[in-house]
Amino acid sequence: MLPHLDAAYNLARWLMRDPAAAEDVVQEAVLRALTYFSSYTGLNARAWLLQIVRNTAYGSTRLDRGVRLVPLDDAEEQNDLPPAAGDDPEAALLRASGEREVRALIASLPVELREPLVLRELEELSYKEIADITRIPIGTVMSRLWRARRLLVRAAAARDVA
Amino acid sequence: MTRSPDACEKVLLVQAEFDGELDAAEAARLATHRAGCPICAAATADLERSRNLIRPELRNRMPADARARLLAHLRQAASPPTHALQPPAPWRRRWAPPVAGFGLGAACAAALLLTIWLPQAPGFKDQRLADQIVDAHIRSLQPGHLEDVPSTDQHTVKPWFDGRIDFAPPVKNLAADRFPLIGGRLDYASGRPVAALVYQRDKHLINLFVWPAAGNGEQSPETGQEHGYNFVRWRQGGMALWAVSDVEASQLREFTEDWRRSP
Repeated sequence: MLPHLDAAYNLARWLMRDPAAAEDVVQEAVLRALTYFSSYTGLNARAWLLQIVRNTAYGSTRLDRGVRLVPLDDAEEQNDLPPAAGDDPEAALLRASGEREVRALIASLPVELREPLVLRELEELSYKEIADITRIPIGTVMSRLWRARRLLVRAAAARDVA
Repeated sequence: MTRSPDACEKVLLVQAEFDGELDAAEAARLATHRAGCPICAAATADLERSRNLIRPELRNRMPADARARLLAHLRQAASPPTHALQPPAPWRRRWAPPVAGFGLGAACAAALLLTIWLPQAPGFKDQRLADQIVDAHIRSLQPGHLEDVPSTDQHTVKPWFDGRIDFAPPVKNLAADRFPLIGGRLDYASGRPVAALVYQRDKHLINLFVWPAAGNGEQSPETGQEHGYNFVRWRQGGMALWAVSDVEASQLREFTEDWRRSP
């Protein structure tokens, strides 16, 4: 299970949109995973842990179930992100601000669209695995993923995000 | 008429190919179509744009301090005093000591190995119904599914069910500081519409499913566990009741006792 902590944290972080809440969710999910090992369902270990993380996040009252736009931060906070070593500082700054904006755009997607997008693009899971983890039919996974991507591309174009 | 990129029924197939989900024959069929379909060509461009936006740096790695806190927490949770609060199930007793003794890595490895021959959780006689109820609980946690009538007042929640369901579910406010009522909704289980009352315990949600019991008689609570969720079921006042939650079994039993005793 420990090799999958980053995956667990990544999902929790994107679902909860808050580091402290994500940490709590992961902590609780790992405890539950260890306690309920007897209900191990035959998913691979990573998918199984992600399923528990997801269920724990959805069981949390701190999960924002509504749609809300997360405001894009202004340039003032760009300095939080250190440029990669050996990079042209100007290019790094541009890239960092692009990353920050994309982050905000994804965070602003409704959770049911954000979830398959994160599982597919950042965890690189198959449709089948996403369907198993979320207990959503594959057809619905596909249409949500498509809506998520379109919304993201449109919002990025509207904001001129690179 | 505007042509939205959704206007071709094949866009989800285009996406499936983009995600490497099509086999060669399907992909070949799609290629023939796509050559002449501007909508699918535009969809492909959107897919590529979206993937360019989502860079690997967006994956959040667990910070080292959070990881350290987690490991400390697990060590603490695995130490005997915590377990003494609750008589451990036999299978838990088998792996708990190694957690304390050999550290987490060994424990996880042991736990992984043990899954192969651990006995399954004790069978529950209404396994199918337990599955349905836990599924309904998980479904309810999806966005927008939790309550049809969000209210902390039993006098709002109870009348809401009038005319929506063919029985009057008992809606109770429990001691508000422990298990506040947060709403109710219609759900479906056991082959019929049922009332679901939603209570909260700290940061957790408890669904209480209620429907008229077939036959008379009270039945004292029985507990079980399914997919990592605890449930308690009992019969009271002509109703069949199932409480489901991810709170600990002991807290769910407290909830049940509060509810049973409450007027």
